[in-house]
Amino acid sequence: MDFAPKASVEEFRASIRRFIADHLTAEMVERAHRTGTFHDWEFHRALAATGIIAEGMAGAGRESGRDPLELYVLFDEMGLAGAPFYGLANAMLVAGVIEQIGSDFHMSEVLPRFHSGEAIAALGYSEPGSGSDVAAAATRAERIPGHPGDEQVWLVNGQKMFTTLVHEAGYVILLTRTDPDLPKHRGLTMFLLPMDLPGIDFQAVDTMGGDRTNITYFTDVRVPDRWRLGEVNGGWDVMKVALAYERGVFGNMNQGVTLLRRFAAWAGTAERSDGTRLIDDPGVRRRLARIAIDNEITALLAVRPALLASQGRLPTTEGSVAKLYASEAYNRAAEACQEMAGAVGLLSPLHGAGGGAADLPDADWGFVDLAARDAPVTTIYGGTSEIQRNNIAEHRLGLPRAR
Amino acid sequence: MSTVRDARYGAQVDLELTADQKTVRDAFARFFADRSPLTVVRDAEPLGYAPALWARLRETGAPGMGVPEKLGGGGATALDLVLLMQEAGRTLAPVPLAEHLAATRTLARTAAGAGAPWFADAVEGDVLAAPALHPAVEGTTRLVPGGAVADVVVGLDGGDLVAVRSDAPMTAPPNHACAPLADRVLRGPGVHERIVLASGADAAALFARMRTDWQLATAAALTGLAARALEIGIAYTLERRQFDRPIAAFQAVQQGLADLVAPLDGITLLTARAAWTDDEGDAADAARLASMAFLAASEVARNTTYRALHYHGGYGVTLEYDIQLFFRRARGWPLVLGDPDEEYLRLADRLFGPAAGPGTGPRAGDGAGQSTGGAR
Repeated sequence: MDFAPKASVEEFRASIRRFIADHLTAEMVERAHRTGTFHDWEFHRALAATGIIAEGMAGAGRESGRDPLELYVLFDEMGLAGAPFYGLANAMLVAGVIEQIGSDFHMSEVLPRFHSGEAIAALGYSEPGSGSDVAAAATRAERIPGHPGDEQVWLVNGQKMFTTLVHEAGYVILLTRTDPDLPKHRGLTMFLLPMDLPGIDFQAVDTMGGDRTNITYFTDVRVPDRWRLGEVNGGWDVMKVALAYERGVFGNMNQGVTLLRRFAAWAGTAERSDGTRLIDDPGVRRRLARIAIDNEITALLAVRPALLASQGRLPTTEGSVAKLYASEAYNRAAEACQEMAGAVGLLSPLHGAGGGAADLPDADWGFVDLAARDAPVTTIYGGTSEIQRNNIAEHRLGLPRAR
Repeated sequence: MSTVRDARYGAQVDLELTADQKTVRDAFARFFADRSPLTVVRDAEPLGYAPALWARLRETGAPGMGVPEKLGGGGATALDLVLLMQEAGRTLAPVPLAEHLAATRTLARTAAGAGAPWFADAVEGDVLAAPALHPAVEGTTRLVPGGAVADVVVGLDGGDLVAVRSDAPMTAPPNHACAPLADRVLRGPGVHERIVLASGADAAALFARMRTDWQLATAAALTGLAARALEIGIAYTLERRQFDRPIAAFQAVQQGLADLVAPLDGITLLTARAAWTDDEGDAADAARLASMAFLAASEVARNTTYRALHYHGGYGVTLEYDIQLFFRRARGWPLVLGDPDEEYLRLADRLFGPAAGPGTGPRAGDGAGQSTGGAR
């Protein structure tokens, strides 16, 4: 075991910090919170111009590319800085899937647009009737007969839930049902649809945590076959590749670190009604020490999948272990901070007040409330805690399959 | 106020054991599996000490592993000691190994300790040493772990860190963990030999370091204990049938077992991280991490043994089943340091600087005052 920093990764971390310092403005952060759209075109394109999206991740079916540890660090730093990075994560994920599975058409027509930062993608997996059971997707793609000699065209009908950033996206990756008679994992086909095809419509879905997501409707959308990604009825194989990319690398699990840093700084100035500083209250000190321990453990668990990928190995349940611990620890921390802040912990100037965060002193601008609103969704998206536990029970502990 | 040190490990090279580390672990895994089956653990109750096991362990060189080679010891890294203690913890080995390692490392850090006439015997394991975790009050330090069987006790008495040789009582007050605890005197009648190892600030610093060593060794032992308890719990749920199927097939049981994995992985990594930091020579950061590892491992061992016992149903609380052996030690081993809330406050001092206001001066345990420990 060796916990020594890897020089190349630390250099990369420094370069990302410099990039963030040079390109991320307070206005971008404020706008993201105000609109709930955690994507900023100016920031995204500046980052894409560094070549990071084109470089991609090494090890997942490709020889060259960035060390997965570096990509872990990229998203870690983005999260710590509060940078809007959802578009980046989606773009890198879909670009990775295209590289592994896409056709020549995808490679030449679509991939460069992701690499250059011109376009981002939304993920069309969940539906109103299927979340955790994502392979139960009911959105239909049917062959339209009568195109002999010409390109096959598909007719797509259905709805996709939680299509975050679809309102900014050039493409949506879409899991569809092509054969209802086959067992559920085998009757699926993946498409990558350009958002300008007629018949695609979406509505905003606002969330408690301030993120804007969407529901997207597909009504008689005529989709030429060149937009199919992977084999007909091979959609689950594509899904597995997409999930492998997502696993522990393209995201930020260390939200508790930022929360603790901000809360401890604030607790050094905030006073109880009797005049004692919060940071001098033994109860507060114990709870903050607990958060610090959780953060330390989260950091170690979170880096492990990236580390395995970096060593050319395939993470199995390590991603589930990290995600489960990180998200539950974040909830514990957010809840504790909100309680310790007392009534101030309820203030949410970023919700419903039309912004104005810049006018408020840092202590009161609502970062505690924001964390308390944001934390619950982390135990849901990317696989609920129950799904992660099922995965751990079955594949790590060897318990019988129970669903 | 000091700034919070961010917990971020973006760049570690390797979380896997090296070949040498695997050799250490495998050798001790075999040793404890062979020499410390649970029958030995049961036979050693209630005192919690198996002299024959200690004699065997002595032959492996484990008692002196933590002492530098130039002083006749094994010169092992802190990480090697963690691997050793994990294996000892897995089998609940009824020997005061964490205690002996912490005490002998402390002796080795002072000229007076390393020059003691019995120091070489302590390195060999012929003289058993134990760390008094709480400063003596009127010459007596309470409930020393390993104190029931130790020939030498290292502890803080007034402003001095002392090594005291006296007769081991070879009896312990009946206790939850069947641990060889005992009150020991650090001066006065019954003391054969009393060596002052250090005084004043040096004494306080060495005392704090000894507690850190003990915390790290105990965290490692608790990690092994928790890992084994989880295995026992899983094995039982796969074997026990209710409603015509193994209870491990029920999701309610599976989710509860799966919940124990991430915390267990977490303390395993955190304990290794603390040891590695110690080996790198960053003592202050190692102390912070050892405190964290100790607190986290205490909680994880408590939770893991609680749930593993719970899934045994009524059999879990019968003395016939082994899980209760783990349950009791998970609580008993760490509690000798005192109420964990005190340790959380000491950790907070390290993280946020000392608190202002009445009653919040430097805290006991860093050597600068009296600790309530587990005694009051």
